[in-house]
Amino acid sequence: MQRVLLIVLLWLGATGVAGAQAPTDDPAAADPPSVSDALADLKSRDFDIKGAAIETIARSGHERAEALLQALLDRGLVHDRAHDRIALGEQADGGWALTDPLTGDSLGQVDARAARPVIINNRLREQIRNLQAVAALSNPDSGRRRQAVQRLIGSADPTVIQALRERQAKEDNTAVADAIDTALSIAVLRDPDSDLHARLAAIDAVAGSLEPAVKNVLRDRATQTDAAAERNAAEKALKAIDARTARYETADTIFFGLSLGSVLLLAAIGLAITFGVMGVINMAHGELIMLGAYTTYVVQQIFPQGHEWSLLIAIPAAFLVSALVGIVIERCVIRFLYGRPLETLLATFGVSLILQQAVRLIFSPLNRSVVTPDWMSGALQINPVFSLTYNRLYIIFFALAVFLTLLTVLKKTRLGLQVRAVSQNRITARAMGIRSERVNALTFGLGSGIAGIAGVALAQLTNVGPNLGQAYIIDSFMVVVFGGVGNLWGTLTAAFGLGIANKFIEPLAGAVLAKIMVLVFIILFIQRKPRGLFPQRGRAAEDS
Amino acid sequence: MRHSDFKTALTDHAAKLFLGVLFGAVIIVALLNLLVPADSALHVSSYTVTLLGKYLCYALLALALDLVWGYCGILSLGHGAFFALGGYAMGMYLMRQIGDRGVYGNPELPDFMVFLNWDQLPWYWHGFDHFGFALLMVGLVPGVLAFVFGWLAFRSRVTGVYLSIITQALTYALMLAFFRNELGFGGNNGLTDFKDILGFSLQADGTRVALLLASALALGGAFVLCRWITGTRLGRTVMAVRDAESRARFLGYRTEHYKLWVFTLSAVLAGIAGALYVPQVGIINPGEFSPLNSIELVVWVAVGGRATLYGAVIGAILVNYGKTVFTGVMPEAWLFALGGLFVAVTVFLPQGLVGLAKNLARKKKTEKDEEAHHEPA
Repeated sequence: MQRVLLIVLLWLGATGVAGAQAPTDDPAAADPPSVSDALADLKSRDFDIKGAAIETIARSGHERAEALLQALLDRGLVHDRAHDRIALGEQADGGWALTDPLTGDSLGQVDARAARPVIINNRLREQIRNLQAVAALSNPDSGRRRQAVQRLIGSADPTVIQALRERQAKEDNTAVADAIDTALSIAVLRDPDSDLHARLAAIDAVAGSLEPAVKNVLRDRATQTDAAAERNAAEKALKAIDARTARYETADTIFFGLSLGSVLLLAAIGLAITFGVMGVINMAHGELIMLGAYTTYVVQQIFPQGHEWSLLIAIPAAFLVSALVGIVIERCVIRFLYGRPLETLLATFGVSLILQQAVRLIFSPLNRSVVTPDWMSGALQINPVFSLTYNRLYIIFFALAVFLTLLTVLKKTRLGLQVRAVSQNRITARAMGIRSERVNALTFGLGSGIAGIAGVALAQLTNVGPNLGQAYIIDSFMVVVFGGVGNLWGTLTAAFGLGIANKFIEPLAGAVLAKIMVLVFIILFIQRKPRGLFPQRGRAAEDS
Repeated sequence: MRHSDFKTALTDHAAKLFLGVLFGAVIIVALLNLLVPADSALHVSSYTVTLLGKYLCYALLALALDLVWGYCGILSLGHGAFFALGGYAMGMYLMRQIGDRGVYGNPELPDFMVFLNWDQLPWYWHGFDHFGFALLMVGLVPGVLAFVFGWLAFRSRVTGVYLSIITQALTYALMLAFFRNELGFGGNNGLTDFKDILGFSLQADGTRVALLLASALALGGAFVLCRWITGTRLGRTVMAVRDAESRARFLGYRTEHYKLWVFTLSAVLAGIAGALYVPQVGIINPGEFSPLNSIELVVWVAVGGRATLYGAVIGAILVNYGKTVFTGVMPEAWLFALGGLFVAVTVFLPQGLVGLAKNLARKKKTEKDEEAHHEPA
C-alpha cells in the first residue's frame, strides 16, 4: 500500500505530494459516479471491460484511485456477492472484513465464501503497473522517477508517451531526463509513421545507451528499414553499444575476480602466517575457517532478532574461538614438531579430521545457512549491464582491512617484532630474551584467529557445513606458495591474481576446467620459481 | 652390511619371514575358501578373500610410497593419483569386456557413453580391448606422468613442503578433471558394473582367489624388488640424497636423476596396485584421486614405520583392518580414530610401530648387557 503513487495528480499536471493529501481543489477530479460505474464494471468476466474500468479509475482523479488499483494488484478488491457490490476486503477471522471502496467506511464482516477477489490477468497487471509508473513520474524522489521511466522504456502506449513528454519538459534531474530521452527515442523508432530524420536523430540519441530495449529496437531497425542511412546508423550504434557492453563485462569479470581473490586472501592470509612465518604446515587451517563460520551461525542462533548487527559480534567471537582452538593445537601438538614441517602436515591433518567429525556430531552433517543482513543484500546498479553486489563489495573491503590490520600488527607492534625475530632466527631471538614458546603460541593463535574471521566472511557467501574448510585448504596453500612463503604482499598479489585469472578463464572453459588450468599453471610456475613470486631472501630462506 | 645382489634380497632373514608369512596366509585363506564347504566353521567367505586382496593392494601402494618417502625423502601427497590411474587403465579394459551386456546393450560403447549420446569411442579408449595393452598402460600411464612431473620438479629443485603441496595439487586437479563427463571416463560414477576378466567371471570364487594370489605375488615381487634396489649402490645414493641432498650433489651425484628414477618406479608400483584393486572392488571413480586418500596413505606408512618396507605393509594392513572394524561397529568414531592416529604417530611414534618394536628390543638388550656388565663389577 505504501507504494501507491498519485496517479491523480499526474493527470492534473499537479506536482507530486504525499499520498494522503488529495487534490480536492480541481473540479475535474470530483467525478465519483464514473468511479463507481467503473467499479461496477469490475464485476464483469470480460477482461477488456475490466481494462477499460481500470483506465477509468486511473484517470478519474479520485482521491482513492491509486489505493484501489494497488488493492486490485494485491487481490484486495473483492466482489461482495450478497450485496452485489465491489468492496475493499481484508482477510480476517476466516472471512472478509469489508470497507467501502470510495469512502473507506467499514461495511462489516462477511463469510469467506460470500466474497471473491476480483480476478485480473497478466495483461491487466501490466496495465496497472504502467499506470502506476506513469504516476510515479512526478514523484519528488528522483530515484523513484528514474525507476518509473526504466519501467516505461519500450512502451508504445500513446498515453505513456504523452506522459513522458510532459515530464521531459520539466525534468531537472539529468539521469532521469536521459532515461526519458531514451524512452522517447525508442518510441520514435518503434513508431511506423515517424519520418526518417526523426528516426536518425533518435538513433543518434540512444547510441550510448546500454538498455536492452535500445539494443532490441536498433536490431529491428537495422533489419527492417528500407533507408540505407538508417540501417548504417543503426548498425553503427549497435557496434558502439556492443563495444561498451564488452568493456563493462570486462569490468564485471574483474569485479568477480577481485571478490574471489578477496575470499582467497582471507582464507590464505592466516596460513601465510602459520606457514610463512612459522614454517608450520597447518592442514587444519580449513577447519579453523569452518569453526569461524559455525561461530557466525551460533551467534545468529543466540540473537535471533539481531540479523542486522550480530555479524559485528560474530567477527570478534569467531576470532577468539578459532584463536583459542589454534593455541590449543599449538600447545598440544605442534610444539613437539618444530623444524619438521612434513610432520606438522600429518599431525594437523589428523587434527582437521577430528575437528570435522566433532562439528558433524555437534551440528549434524547437514549444511546450516546463515542469514545475510539486509545491508549486505542487493546490488549497486551502475548501469543496466554492470552492477556490484553489496556482499561481494563488502568482502573485498573487509579482506583488505584484515590484511592491513595484520600487516600493521606484524610491522608496528612489539608482538610483530618478536614474531619476525623468532621466524628469522629462533636461537638468536631466544638469546635476546624473547620467549619463543609464547611467541609461537601467540603467532599460531593470530593466524588461526584470522582463519576464523575468514569463516565469518565465507558464511555470508556459501553454506556452512563440515566440509567448508576442505574446499579452501588446497586453494589457500596454492595462494601462499604462489605468492612466496613468508611474504604477505606476495599472498595479496597471488590471491587477487589467481582470483581474476580464474574468473577470466571461467567463461571460456567452464568453472572446473578453469580451476584445473590454474592448478596446472601453479604446478608449472613452481618449477620455474620454486620459491614463489616474491621469494624470501637472506639466511632464513637457506635453511629449508 | 647388506649385499647388493638379488639373491640376498630374496633369501635374507627378513625377506624370508615376510614372504613366508605373506604367501602362507594367502594360500591358507585360498584353500579354506575353495576346499572347505560353506557351512563349515573353517570356511573363509569370498567377502573375506576380496577384503584381504584389497588390503594387499593397499599394502603394495604403501610399499610404493615408502620407497619414495622412506628412502628418498620425497613426501608425495599425490600417490593416490598414480594408484587411480592404474585403476582406470584396468577399469577401461574391464569396461570393454562388458561388450553388449550393458544396460543399453550397445556392443560398441560403454553405457555411460551411450547415455551421453556419444556415437563413437574416443581415440584413447582404443586398444583397451586387449589385456596386454591394458597391462602396458597400467604401468605406462602413471610412469610417464610421474616421469614428466618429477623431471620438471626435481630439475628445478622443488623440494620438501613445496613438492608435497604440488603433488597434492596434481591429484586434486586430476580429481576435478575426472569428475567431468566430457573427459570420457564416466564422470562422477566412474567405471563400474564389470562382468569378467580374461573370460573369467569376476563374481566367481575362483577368480577372486586368483586375484588375491595375483595381489600377493605383486606385493611379494615388489617387496623383493624394493629390497634389492635399496641394497644396491643406487639405493645407497638415494638414501644419501634423502639425508643430505646438497652434500650428495657436491660430491658429484646428479641427485635429480636418482630421485626421478625412484619416483617413477614408485608410481608404476602404485599403478599396478590400482590395477589389482579395481577388479576386486568392482569400481573405480574419481573419489580415488581425492587428496584425502593420498594423505591417508601417508599415515599407513607412518604407522608402520618408514624406510623398512615391511613396516609400510604392516601399517597399511593394520590401519585398513581398523577402518573395516570401526566403520562397521561405530562409523562416526572412525574419523576420530584416524585423526588421533595421525597425531599420536607423528608426535609419539616418529619411527612407527616397527621403530617402537626395535626400540623395545634394543632396550631389553641394553638392559641385559648392563646386567651382564654389572655382575662382574
